[in-house]
Amino acid sequence: MSESTQKEKQKAYEKYVKSITPSHSLPLNMCKAFVTGGLICSFGQLILNTVSSMGADKETAGNWCSLLLILLSVILTGLNLYSRIGKFGGAGGLVPITGFANSVAASAIEYRAEGQVFGIGCKIFTIAGPVILYGILSSWLLGLIYFFIKFMEVIR
Amino acid sequence: MRSGILLGKASIAFSSPVYIQSCASVVGSKEGNGPLKDSFDMICDDPMFGEKTWEAAESTMQKEVATLAIGKAGLTPGDIRFVFAGDLLAQTIASSFGIAEMGIPFFGLYGACSTMGESLSLGAIAVSAGYGQHILCATSSHFATAEKEFRFPLGYGSQRPLSATWTVTGSGACILGAKPPHPRNTVGSSPLCHEEGYAAVTGITTGRVIDFGFRDSLNMGGCMAPAACDTIRQHLQDFDLTADSYDAVITGDLGLVGQRILLDLLKQDQIDLASVHQDCGLLIYDNDSQDTHSGGSGCGCSASVLSALLLPKVASGIWKKILFVPTGAMLSKVSFNEGAPVAGIAHAIVLEHIPKTKEA
Repeated sequence: MSESTQKEKQKAYEKYVKSITPSHSLPLNMCKAFVTGGLICSFGQLILNTVSSMGADKETAGNWCSLLLILLSVILTGLNLYSRIGKFGGAGGLVPITGFANSVAASAIEYRAEGQVFGIGCKIFTIAGPVILYGILSSWLLGLIYFFIKFMEVIR
Repeated sequence: MRSGILLGKASIAFSSPVYIQSCASVVGSKEGNGPLKDSFDMICDDPMFGEKTWEAAESTMQKEVATLAIGKAGLTPGDIRFVFAGDLLAQTIASSFGIAEMGIPFFGLYGACSTMGESLSLGAIAVSAGYGQHILCATSSHFATAEKEFRFPLGYGSQRPLSATWTVTGSGACILGAKPPHPRNTVGSSPLCHEEGYAAVTGITTGRVIDFGFRDSLNMGGCMAPAACDTIRQHLQDFDLTADSYDAVITGDLGLVGQRILLDLLKQDQIDLASVHQDCGLLIYDNDSQDTHSGGSGCGCSASVLSALLLPKVASGIWKKILFVPTGAMLSKVSFNEGAPVAGIAHAIVLEHIPKTKEA
């Protein structure tokens, strides 16, 4: 069989499988993600407002907000409850800071049996690693762009 | 004496039946709450099986199932000539560590979720050739070790697509031999020595690795159905049979999606399997109430359903002749990340009811 007909056959099979495979309803999933993500962020706002009303400045209040959300997510992961939030909320549970904390804590728990160094040490960022690496890379790129714009005196 | 005849491209018909002398199944609590809950030999509510790691838990499960099968046949580990065993973990550690303590000469196998078919095939070939009175075939899978090996840490909050299957925490084992099982073993009546007859392997068709270029590892049914189709078609051709020669054709873990694809693909070859087809992955769970999406999967899925449901039905003569087709998806984390497609494989085992009068 020539390569092109084989590729066509593969494509046809892929298309056929896709057509008979059931999938989650996208609008419903988006609603669930909106509600879940929204609730997490509203809770964050609640922390922010409470801490501010207790007299903290904006930066300190922000720190408390991140700190408490991460703590809560890690505790829920340890109790095997965060995976349920993720299952229900999809990206709504994944995108906020709590999802990031969940991915780190879940890896730490899973690989604990393989030791402190080669288990937890090497594998704790298995899922979160790419986010950290490319997060830093993109901030570096943006910084470079900012530098050139400033250098060319487009902005002051 | 010829021990069997080579048929067609990929099959062997054994000249005398290879009897299944005993079988056993051990499963976890989710499987123990499923539709087959009354058929398993042991249901362990502790997912760790009393161990400290998931891998050790799976090894223990496989050791338990081997011990049970050997005990149910009225044998001791010293009576077993060889063991053919496998699992889903890298370097098949669950089998090698689990069986190690028993001191039985060991062949470790990897055929992904089709491993039970692979071990039964090799075991039957060995028995048929006269290389062993008793040969043990065992496989296992564990939900937690499989998630860790192929997907994400358990506590990670992700969404499973509806095409995904749920890896069975379970293990199954069979003891093959040239003679029918004794009516009584040391403990009680032999489960596979029914008053009507016995269950035996009478033929095999070995599968090829079939690659349709499909890449979605969360749609295992789509990856494996072409292989099941190829093996079943080859089997019917080699043995010159039609689908209605069988009371049931039972695939390993195609699930809802894979079943649909298999039936459609076979229809293109003018083979109508719809009335006799069943799937172990659909038998072991109630998909709707147990939230298992497309069905069960894993080596332990077909192995435990074979031991708990299929073999007793064949031994008692409810089914006279069935085709057992465990299906596997060939991939590793590395091959998946490197963009390689997920190929499938399926091995067919002919299981026949041998009435007592025909006893040699």
